[in-house]
Amino acid sequence: MYLNEIPELTIKNLTVRYGDGCPDCQNNLEKNRCTVCETIWAANDISFDVYPGEVLGIVGESGSGKSTLMRSLYFDFFPTFGTATLKNFKDGEANIWDASVAEQRMIKNTIMGMVYQNPILGLRMDYSAASNIAEKIIAAGSRNAFQMNARVTELLEAVEIPTSRMSEPPKNFSGGMQQRVQISKALANNPAILLLDEVTTGLDLSVQARVLDLIRKIKAKHGISILLVSHDLAVIRMLADRTIVMLDGKIVESGLTDQILEDPQHAYTQQLVHSLI
Amino acid sequence: MNNNYNYAFLDEGSKREIRRSVLKAVAIPGYQVPFGSRELPIGRGWGTGGLQLTLSLIGPDDILKVIDQGSDESVNAVNIKKFVGLCTDIKTTKNTREATIIQTRHRIPEVPLRSNQILIFQVPIPEPLRVVEPREEITKKMHAEKDYSPIWLQLYESLVKYKKVTIPTEYPCMVEGRYVMNPSPIPKFDNPKLNKADCLYLFGAGREKKIYAIPPYTEVISLAFDDVPFERESFAGKICCLCGSKNTYLDEMFDAQTGEKFYQCSDTSYCQEVRQNVSK
Amino acid sequence: MAYVAVSGGEEAIEESIKLLDYYKSGTVKDIEIEAIENKLSLLVDRVMSEAGLYSKTYAALALKQCEGSIEEAVFLLRAYRSTLVRNYYTNTVNTDDMRVVRRISAAFKDIVGGQILGASYDYTHRLINFDIDKQDPKELQKEVEEKLASQKLEEILPCPRVSSELKKEGLIDSFPQNDESPHDVTVNMLEFPAGRSARLQTLSRADTGFISGLAYSSLRGFGQVHPTVGELRQGYVELYVSHPLNEDESIYIGEIMITEVECFNTTDDKDQLKLAVGYGAVFGRNETKAIAMSVIDRELENGGPYPSQNEEFVLTHGDSLEMNGFISHLKLPHYVTFQSKLDSVRKTREGNQ
Repeated sequence: MYLNEIPELTIKNLTVRYGDGCPDCQNNLEKNRCTVCETIWAANDISFDVYPGEVLGIVGESGSGKSTLMRSLYFDFFPTFGTATLKNFKDGEANIWDASVAEQRMIKNTIMGMVYQNPILGLRMDYSAASNIAEKIIAAGSRNAFQMNARVTELLEAVEIPTSRMSEPPKNFSGGMQQRVQISKALANNPAILLLDEVTTGLDLSVQARVLDLIRKIKAKHGISILLVSHDLAVIRMLADRTIVMLDGKIVESGLTDQILEDPQHAYTQQLVHSLI
Repeated sequence: MNNNYNYAFLDEGSKREIRRSVLKAVAIPGYQVPFGSRELPIGRGWGTGGLQLTLSLIGPDDILKVIDQGSDESVNAVNIKKFVGLCTDIKTTKNTREATIIQTRHRIPEVPLRSNQILIFQVPIPEPLRVVEPREEITKKMHAEKDYSPIWLQLYESLVKYKKVTIPTEYPCMVEGRYVMNPSPIPKFDNPKLNKADCLYLFGAGREKKIYAIPPYTEVISLAFDDVPFERESFAGKICCLCGSKNTYLDEMFDAQTGEKFYQCSDTSYCQEVRQNVSK
Repeated sequence: MAYVAVSGGEEAIEESIKLLDYYKSGTVKDIEIEAIENKLSLLVDRVMSEAGLYSKTYAALALKQCEGSIEEAVFLLRAYRSTLVRNYYTNTVNTDDMRVVRRISAAFKDIVGGQILGASYDYTHRLINFDIDKQDPKELQKEVEEKLASQKLEEILPCPRVSSELKKEGLIDSFPQNDESPHDVTVNMLEFPAGRSARLQTLSRADTGFISGLAYSSLRGFGQVHPTVGELRQGYVELYVSHPLNEDESIYIGEIMITEVECFNTTDDKDQLKLAVGYGAVFGRNETKAIAMSVIDRELENGGPYPSQNEEFVLTHGDSLEMNGFISHLKLPHYVTFQSKLDSVRKTREGNQ
């Protein structure tokens, strides 16, 4: 399906470990922890591609390495080794984890957008909703208040937040609204890739449905690539074109979402799919 | 002059050290140079940064003027002059044109300064980014990486909330397109005087242990969005009740008996000069 | 007349100082420097410690000059210190060699070298002695001297610190000798992260109230240190400087009284525990401050979310001169800046009226 396309994002051998490791680690893992040297392998040799316009789902239980992967991609911390390349950053020739601080900021502000599970990580709760979005536009270099206002209005309308509330701080908003502000902030500079980390976890079902519906619309309208992390197969089923299943820091299975849901190969995936039904 | 102390109080080694920091500050306009701030007999936070600059630069030929809120006679200005008088034999003046070194708190004189004059600012908080980030460790990195988005965001937030930029004093400026700088708590009214001036501006923060500078003819631009021009305090329709000036920074005052509001020039030396010229 | 207004500042200051002189004159009874130095010695010690200048006589002079205000006295000494040329750094003092006058351990009953209670208010009843002003000072001194004369003298030998025993056992980490020159905080700006030498100097000169309150917050749960005072020792240490011409020789320049504390805390060592030491050392007999310093030293090593664990927060807000100077500067006129604030407030309201 994607064979002829150049991936937006390529991750190779991403490894995040806590501890020094030992020669025998990989043979002595109990879950993600080496029983000999006690090193924890939070992400263990992860490789995959994200293609233009696709939604790639990543599913797994907590501790499986999903968030480690996402937050490494957004430079919240740095992997022990591994590379990530972006089509829009130095023609995919350079590892983003070796980029200068200024380049990393540019990547975060213009190539990628991130929506955190916990809005406190993604928003300034005391600044207005408008400023939260404008922060990205300012970071990308705009110094025109009128243009910024216009763009902020457009983005808030797209996530169905009334512009009459744009001068209010997100701390006054409900959880679902906070997530929608985060999404419009992430989209502010038309990024190529949107990172969504458990964005509906903890929300009421009806609110969840609205946020998921919004993501579907964004996908249809912008043709943006989305990396969607969730522990919830229902969310994955609704949105993801392809899916990766993670367990104890490793990828145990990957393929088209329908195929994985209908014919799971790995025991853990089977267990997941059955519990869904 | 009290002979129990060295000329200009500080020992010569300390003065030399401070002058070296000044040279570095002049070489990198707007950059805050850390220095080994010494304790002085004047309160920390009462102008010891400015005073250390004055003491380390002053020599027998200098004529010193000290102002606070624009006034030569305000208590703090008087007190500082008195202290410099204790440990040097230099002449002091109230006349802006006559002074070689002017130490100031919160104002830039109304009379444009010349290339042989130095204006020394007393600075409480040198870090322009402190309002958006309390940690020095982080603000240093932000300057190094020229990451000034948070300060722009503060401007934008103010527009969103109040439709106006509401930063009153300490209005941030961009120096030669490189460093964002805190001009000390001067009113916005005085900010344009920093741009491409003939004189040398030095800033000293004693408690925070930083020195920075704007050399002559340096570009100093007050931060503003392209479509929202920088706006100064306005005194439209108001005049000084003593000299009649319409173009100066005014202090708002109340008549103790009637409660009536009236205005006076904050720069007392300028006000006097205007009155003398009129009476001539 | 306003206290600054447009003119009259000079006269106002002069009159203010006259009134201050009147307050200071107080009574016909004088208080002698010798009395302050010897009878208010804990106050003198506190001032010397916060000033970072060891001179009992000057501290007493300073206290007399400012009606006994600690912040003013510290201020006077610091300002005086600025005028002194710094010729030498003393050699490192090994407190093992301290001439001990008091030494206690809350960790062990018996310690090598023994526990010496020394002079302490800890076990006194805090009852106001209403007869104290009836005591004749000469009588009192004679009485005390007689009591002392009848005592048998006992020699106190220098002794190693309690922690050295635990180091031998491997319960406390031993570090290699570090001969790096310390970062002198009196002539250099603090940078963060600060080195330990800069941290300890800053804490040692910190305001007693500030550092005690911070240590208290940590003990109460806003922190993770609940220490055992491994050792508190008080006594005289000798100071030497290197001979300017011959580095192998050193010259004795006098002795100072200090209080030194090592507090012990349990801490993780992979899957077992070890002990970590917090260190405090201050001029004079300032026990609470020395203990508080050791707690904060440890907290800063730990790091974490609480104020006492935040290095920049702790080290930049505890200097007596800086905190009192900046707070008191609020009394200075702010006419120009307030006018500007008024202008901003009025402009935002114009549209709504």
